[in-house]
Amino acid sequence: MSLQIKGLTKLYDQQKAVNNITFEVAKGEIVGFLGPNGAGKSTTMKIATGYIPPTSGTVTVGGFDVTDNPMKVKMITGYLPEHNPLYLDLYVHEYLYFIGKIYGWTGDRLKKRVGEMIDMCGLTREQNKRIETLSKGYRQRVGLAQALIHDPEILVLDEPTSGLDPNQLVEIRKLISEVSKDKTVIFSTHIMQEVQALCNRVVVINKGEIVADDALENLMKLDKGNSIVVEFATPLPAELLASLPGIKEVKPVGVATYRITAEAGVDIRPEVFRLAADKNLALIGLKQEESSLETIFQSLTSEDPVQH
Amino acid sequence: MIQVLFKEFNSFLNSLIAYVVMGVFLTAMGLLVWVFPETSVLDYGYADMDTLFSVGPYVLIFLVPAITMKSFSEEKKAGTLELLMTKPLTDWDILLGKFFAGFLLVLFSLLPTLIYYFSIRQLGNPPGNIDTAGVAGSYIGLILLGATFCAVGILASSITSNQIIAFILAAFLCFILFSGFDSLSALSLWSSYALQVKQLGVLYHYDSLSKGLIDSRDLIYFSSVIFLLLSGTKFIMGSRQW
Repeated sequence: MSLQIKGLTKLYDQQKAVNNITFEVAKGEIVGFLGPNGAGKSTTMKIATGYIPPTSGTVTVGGFDVTDNPMKVKMITGYLPEHNPLYLDLYVHEYLYFIGKIYGWTGDRLKKRVGEMIDMCGLTREQNKRIETLSKGYRQRVGLAQALIHDPEILVLDEPTSGLDPNQLVEIRKLISEVSKDKTVIFSTHIMQEVQALCNRVVVINKGEIVADDALENLMKLDKGNSIVVEFATPLPAELLASLPGIKEVKPVGVATYRITAEAGVDIRPEVFRLAADKNLALIGLKQEESSLETIFQSLTSEDPVQH
Repeated sequence: MIQVLFKEFNSFLNSLIAYVVMGVFLTAMGLLVWVFPETSVLDYGYADMDTLFSVGPYVLIFLVPAITMKSFSEEKKAGTLELLMTKPLTDWDILLGKFFAGFLLVLFSLLPTLIYYFSIRQLGNPPGNIDTAGVAGSYIGLILLGATFCAVGILASSITSNQIIAFILAAFLCFILFSGFDSLSALSLWSSYALQVKQLGVLYHYDSLSKGLIDSRDLIYFSSVIFLLLSGTKFIMGSRQW
């Protein structure tokens, strides 16, 4: 079961929330849907789950068109909306029963499944509590449990880890990677480590347009920047560093700290060290900058959207 | 639909709303019918239930909007409406579930007043001397009225995410629908159409039913008003795309 989005556009009044985006999530794939706040991630997911209709374009989930066949799509999709809305006045197991019944599960089958979900999501001790008494991490587990209760083939998770503390973050991530083994998953986030931890492909969206859609490794190669950060004890004229061979750019980032970008393939570190020794400058720090997904994300989403 | 109905009704029971609504309704009606001298059936001299059926609607004008005000408003505010709407439920499933849950609570509130009927029946001289057909017709009227008010309340609740606005709007609309048209028809503006204006209101049909004659026109009136109100709600639910 795959998810295909073709030429999807969504207008709110005159504002384009999503502008003609096209991508596909193949069966069994885990795709991270990345973008800054307000990029159109949630809008895309709301359309894919049949909450709001698209202005134009189509979304096909497991072969069914969302607009023409919303019930079929909703039956095979598990959805965790942004901010994880829950019926706070219900008990955990009561809530899961309610959602399960909506999907047409009944009797022993439902009872067994609710038990399984409670085990799987680590809610055993919390199952007889009201949802309103649970902490954010446990609420998130309840949200995941309701999205998974009918064993959906497609899982749509909108910022499943936002607002969690580092421990909860790790636990929820582990849970997601466990449950998504044999499912097609698309999840949105603006946390980069999450993508690295969970998925094999990334779709980056900015201002309603797709700016990157590639495997993680390929995306990492995008950043050809070769920069180091050096720190001296006292400030020194920037020209001094710029005079070194193979330097592209020198940028002060602190009082006596500079980011030096060298041309591709050049290791500038020995040169800087030699310079410091020659001029008798106290070099107190030298660090190679990792080409992280963060910098790629920043470079992809800070510029104006790509012109088509 | 049935799952939404159960869930809604359960949450009435869990949140004490059900007990407060039934308690207030029955206390108010009990006081009016049996205790307060101006309206008490004991001082009245006739074995009938007019007090219940003439004051009941005004109590419902306040109670029903209180039951229904949270149905959509709260879900909109909490975001759970998105959750429901992305489940395999049609808009009708959701709104009918909510409508019938409210209606069921109204029915449960009315049910204990049947005791009044049996008590007053015994008080008649000779015992059993009561206009049973009139009472039955009035009950049907009151039940349909409760259903209409529920539909009004759900509509008002679907418009806003603020429960207080939903309540005030629903109470106002219930009042206009119930007796507003009746009062409007007294205006000289449409003197020749006064009856038609009056017939637009609920009170005309409610009175007609309470005479003990179950007229299909009244039943059709009530069902079309309820259907129109629920369709309005459906329309507003569908407007999420705007």
